[in-house]
Amino acid sequence: MSESLASPSTLTPLEKTPLDGLHRRLGARMAPFAGYELPLHYKAGVVAEHSHTREKASLFDVSHMGQAILGGRGAAVLIETLVPADIRDLAPERTRYSLLLAEDGGVLDDLMITRLPGRDERLLLVVNAAAKAQDFALLRQELPQLGLSVLAGRALIALQGPRAAAALADILPGLEDTPFMGWRAVEFRGAGLFASRSGYTGEDGFEISVPNHLAEAFAEVLLAHPDVAPAGLGARDSLRLEAGLCLYGHDMDATTDPVEAGLAWSIGRRRREQGGFPGFDRIRAALTEGPARKRVGLLPQGRAPLREGATLSEPDGRIVGRITSGGYSPTLSRPIAMGYVESAFAAPGVTLESRLRDNRVAVEVASLPFVPHRYFRGQTGKDRS
Amino acid sequence: MSGERYTKDHDFVRVEGDAAVIGITDFAQSQLGDIVFVELPTPGQRVSRGGQLATIESVKAASEVYAPLSGEVVEVNAALEATPARVNEDPLGEGWLVRLRVDVPAELEELMDEDAYRAFLESGG
Repeated sequence: MSESLASPSTLTPLEKTPLDGLHRRLGARMAPFAGYELPLHYKAGVVAEHSHTREKASLFDVSHMGQAILGGRGAAVLIETLVPADIRDLAPERTRYSLLLAEDGGVLDDLMITRLPGRDERLLLVVNAAAKAQDFALLRQELPQLGLSVLAGRALIALQGPRAAAALADILPGLEDTPFMGWRAVEFRGAGLFASRSGYTGEDGFEISVPNHLAEAFAEVLLAHPDVAPAGLGARDSLRLEAGLCLYGHDMDATTDPVEAGLAWSIGRRRREQGGFPGFDRIRAALTEGPARKRVGLLPQGRAPLREGATLSEPDGRIVGRITSGGYSPTLSRPIAMGYVESAFAAPGVTLESRLRDNRVAVEVASLPFVPHRYFRGQTGKDRS
Repeated sequence: MSGERYTKDHDFVRVEGDAAVIGITDFAQSQLGDIVFVELPTPGQRVSRGGQLATIESVKAASEVYAPLSGEVVEVNAALEATPARVNEDPLGEGWLVRLRVDVPAELEELMDEDAYRAFLESGG
C-alpha cells in the first residue's frame, strides 16, 4: 500500500471542535479538513454510517462551519447587495439557502440565512469553514453599518435521517412540527439552542447550534437514543453526493456562476427582475440565454469510481467537461459523480467518455439527485432548498 | 497465519509451491476503509519489484499496491470484481489479490517475518 497510509502532516496546527474528546472516545479516525481535525469515520466505517443515516438517524459534528449574527437596521435589505436570494421578504424563523457572489457573478461561498425573531433586525448566517474568515471580512467591509457577531462559542451538530425528528423530539419536545427550512430557539439545560430543519444529506433532519460547554453533553444525550449513531465526514460526503448537493470549492467556486451550477432556483423572482446583487449582468444573461455549461449527474459504467478532476470527452476525443465530485454510492452500490459539461451534452442519457488509469470508461449523464430527497413536508413546506 | 512475509507497505506474501500469494494486511485494509473496487493485472503479465501491481479503491481514495517481488502473474482473485469487500473481511484469506510465479527467490528473504512486521506496526510503521 502506498501514500494513502502516510499520516497527514500539516505545518499549521489544526483546530479542534468542542466534540474532539467525544470523537476520540468513540474511536473516530480523525482527518484534517478546512483547518480542523474532524472525524473521517468511526468504528462502523463510511458505508455503514451512510446507510444508517438513510435508514435511521446520524449525528455529525459540523462545528467547523462558521456561525454569525448580522444585525442592524436594514440588515435584510442590505445583505441583498451581496446575495441573490430574497431576504427582504424572508419571514422570521425561516431559513433560506443562498450564495455570496463576487462582482463577476462567481460564487464566493454558499450559506444559510435565517431571519431571527424579535424586534431587532437580525440574520443568523451559517457559512463554510474554509471560507468563513473571508466571508466575515467581506461582510464587515461591504456592510460596515451593520454589526457582525461571530458565534465562536457555539458548536454545530447535525442530526440527519428519517428518525432524526422523532429522536430529537424525545430530548427537545416541540420541534417535530418545525417546517422544512424552519428555525426554532429551544432550551437545553438552561441554555439556548438554535434548531434549523435543514441539512446536507437529502434526508429530513436538523442542524442544532449549541453553546460549546454543552456540546458534548447534548451529543451524548442524542447518541444515547437507540436510533442515533455517529457519522463522519466520509459519510457526509457520499450522502450529499447522492443528494446532488454541491460541495463548495469542488462543485462550485469563484469561477462558477449560480446558473451553470444549477442553483438558479435560489435566486428570488423579484431579484431576477430587479437585480441589485453582484454579477447581475452575467447571471441575467445566463438565465435568458442558458449557460454555456451545466452541472450534471454522471454515472460511470462499470464498478470503478471516477474522482474529481477526471475529464469527460465526446467520442471523437474532444474534452467537453470535467468531474468535480466522484465516489461510490452505498445506496445504489455503484460509482456516481457530478461535474460540468458543455450544455449541448447535458441531457440525461448522453454518453461521454472518461479515462481511468489508461482505460476508457463510458459515463452516462444523469439527472440529479441520484437518491430522492426526503425533506419534511408535513406542515407548510413548499420551500425549495 | 504461518508462513506469511510482509512489506513496509503493508502487503503480505505467502509462498505456496512455486508461487507466491500476494495481498494486503489487516492493518492496511483497516486504514483504507470500505473497499469498493479492485483493479488487478492480467494473468501472464510480468511485474518487477516495486512496479505497480494493483489499484484498490476505497470509499476514501484510490491506493496503489506495488509488487513486493518480481515475477509473472499466474492468477488473480477474480471474485473481487463482484465482491471487493472481501479484502476488508478476510484480507489474508479470501481477499487475496494476485498469485505470482517468483523470479528471484532471494527477494523473499528481504521481507519481514510476522514478528518483525508486528514490531514494525508497533513502532508506528
